[in-house]
Amino acid sequence: MALERVHVGPSVGRGGDVVTAVTATGLASPPTAADLMIALAEVADPEIPGISIVDLGIVHRADVTADGRIEVELLPTFIGCPAIDAIRLAASDRLATFGRPVDVSITFEVPWTSERITAGGRRRLRESGFAPPAEPHEVRCPFCDSANVTMDNAFGPTLCRSLFYCRTCRQPFESFKAI
Amino acid sequence: MTTTRAALAASVDPATRAALDELLLSMADDEFVIGFSDSEWTGIAPLLEEDVAMSSLAQDELGHAAALYTLLAEVRADGRDADAIAYDRSPDEYRHARLLDHGRGDWAMTIARRYLYDTADGARLGGLVASSFSPLRELVDKIRREERYHVMHATTWLERLAAREGEPRERLLAALEELAPDAATVVAPLAGEERLVEAGVLAEPMAVLEARWRATITPLFVHLGLPMPPVAAHPDRSRTDHREPFRWLWSEFTSVRRSDAVATW
Repeated sequence: MALERVHVGPSVGRGGDVVTAVTATGLASPPTAADLMIALAEVADPEIPGISIVDLGIVHRADVTADGRIEVELLPTFIGCPAIDAIRLAASDRLATFGRPVDVSITFEVPWTSERITAGGRRRLRESGFAPPAEPHEVRCPFCDSANVTMDNAFGPTLCRSLFYCRTCRQPFESFKAI
Repeated sequence: MTTTRAALAASVDPATRAALDELLLSMADDEFVIGFSDSEWTGIAPLLEEDVAMSSLAQDELGHAAALYTLLAEVRADGRDADAIAYDRSPDEYRHARLLDHGRGDWAMTIARRYLYDTADGARLGGLVASSFSPLRELVDKIRREERYHVMHATTWLERLAAREGEPRERLLAALEELAPDAATVVAPLAGEERLVEAGVLAEPMAVLEARWRATITPLFVHLGLPMPPVAAHPDRSRTDHREPFRWLWSEFTSVRRSDAVATW
């Protein structure tokens, strides 16, 4: 039975070519959960382009159902996060390249906590000038690693961030709230 | 997922569902009304940091309200969505606590209201962390993590105003005096709550949660020399018969919706 390799989906521009094997019966072999996570790792946070939604631990579940649909559940960092719809649409767009029906929904089944941010995500946050989540007295400057910092405001420009000032390098910075 | 949540809601027996409706509506309306009141400070708060803080608090509370209205819409399953519940009611149909009916007031009033609300809401959320209704339990678990920052903020400001003799303390005392009769309305008994306790939706009656709330705030009130809200029987109108400041707020927050109910924005 000859396998034919074809491009599937409306767009293969985002994140490179998606190539799916198609059998003689015309049924594409489904992507694995790992394939889905690799694709989702290309979806950047709309507010911090250097970090992906997988880095942030927002992806709760990514599966292909028995009838071949892609189902993904996302966890909002904060309940009122206005970026969650943009993230949902970006994830749907990226997964549409697999050429299957896609359902990306929001769930509170488990709470998103700042512990869910991966080690790579924490590193990339620092590289982008953000302190990774820590209790206010444990925050360190993302620029010079000084612990001599003060919290100017527990509430920052987005729900998930607080405002700090580094007394050592005299740089204001933002820290992710520990929740 | 939504389908599972809807199925769970449908499996609740009618008597419990009616009481659950009351609980969700009162919680959602509380968060909605205090969120809108907080947003009135956007642009005019006494400090730039507080402008950001109050706007962020408002956004949090409106997010919680939206999530609670969405859950309520699933429980009702009558085709009306969260926006319809939030906006398409007359002022008399809102079920927020009368504590939130005093208008924005000055900064001291805002802090006094926030402190009383956040601590009482914390006691109420504490009664729901082990709820047998899993969609609510999951939401409460998430809400509590965010509310921790609200309590920190309100406590810091309560201490700051109380410690400064003269105008700051006088204004705080005046605000607490005005709010005192309504301070406990957030944890006033709810219609049908015994059904909720029986079904394990709510761990304890509101009277127990009220006692826990009072025990939580007493040490700080004593330390700061502030008068505790008096213990009194709850009037039937703890969540009804809303006053003029709320009617004005209602006319503000429904104005866009009333001008064009089907607009997409």
